[in-house]
Amino acid sequence: MELNCKHVWAYISDYIDDSVPPELREEIERHLEHCEICSAILDSTRNILVLTGDDRTFELPVGYSERLHERLARELADETNAPTTG
Amino acid sequence: MATTERDEAGLIARILAGQKELFHELIRPYEGMVYMTVFSIVRNETDAEDCAQDTMVNAYRHLGKFRGEAKFSTWLATIAVNEGRQKLRKAKRAKEDSLDEPIEGDDQQITPAPLTDWREIPLEALERKELRETLRTAVAELPGIYRQIVTLRDLEELNVAETAAALHINENMVKVRLHRARMMLQKRLAPYLKTTARAKKEFWRRMPWN
Ligand SMILES: [Zn+2]
Repeated sequence: MELNCKHVWAYISDYIDDSVPPELREEIERHLEHCEICSAILDSTRNILVLTGDDRTFELPVGYSERLHERLARELADETNAPTTG
Repeated sequence: MATTERDEAGLIARILAGQKELFHELIRPYEGMVYMTVFSIVRNETDAEDCAQDTMVNAYRHLGKFRGEAKFSTWLATIAVNEGRQKLRKAKRAKEDSLDEPIEGDDQQITPAPLTDWREIPLEALERKELRETLRTAVAELPGIYRQIVTLRDLEELNVAETAAALHINENMVKVRLHRARMMLQKRLAPYLKTTARAKKEFWRRMPWN
């Protein structure tokens, strides 16, 4: 079966996550070899994912960690809140 | 956020045995994950921080119920999702995020955007601050179900099974929604990744989506 571009687009996410069956993967790769459009879509999606996973893109509010641990310290100090097994 | 070196089961046992202070250490690697998870649901910093704190407090109080069938991080993500959803219900936010609403666009195929001269784009383009801001906005503006999937899978890098568990949906649904979410982001970000926008008009006219 000859894959067309639309078929390939449907598998881009699974392809990136390496969760397509080996045979299909081969067909996709064969298509990518000669299709610049799909290659560009794949590359751009990958790059967006790299950027999404980058800590500098989504930052935590300043002081978040400090405030969290202060709250936890108060919680831990209160014996009535101690976790129980079971 | 992988912490394979840590003996979390051991830490948890010691906390339950009375070394409560170790809880600070137990949750430290997951502070960011918990915040981003609740933020993807409640969508504002103040509520997200409240929810993140409540998540950790609840995790502490119920630590004895953690049985270790799931990873601690997945258990924590599940609590975070529940906290976020509770907060959202209380706040009765915008329609699009209501959990009971039919899901908009869930049946529609998202077509990615073609890029011209992609190969000319240097990786340094990804370093542009503007691009990060655009991506932040694009993620923030995704419909709720897609924003949550992207946050867990692509920001916090939970695997498909963990994401499914945290969001109480099946793994196939995770994959389907993740694909749509990624295609929406690709479509949205494509104009910022192009160098020569209007080139090769004739060429594009022959493309399958036209
Ligand atoms: Zn193609």
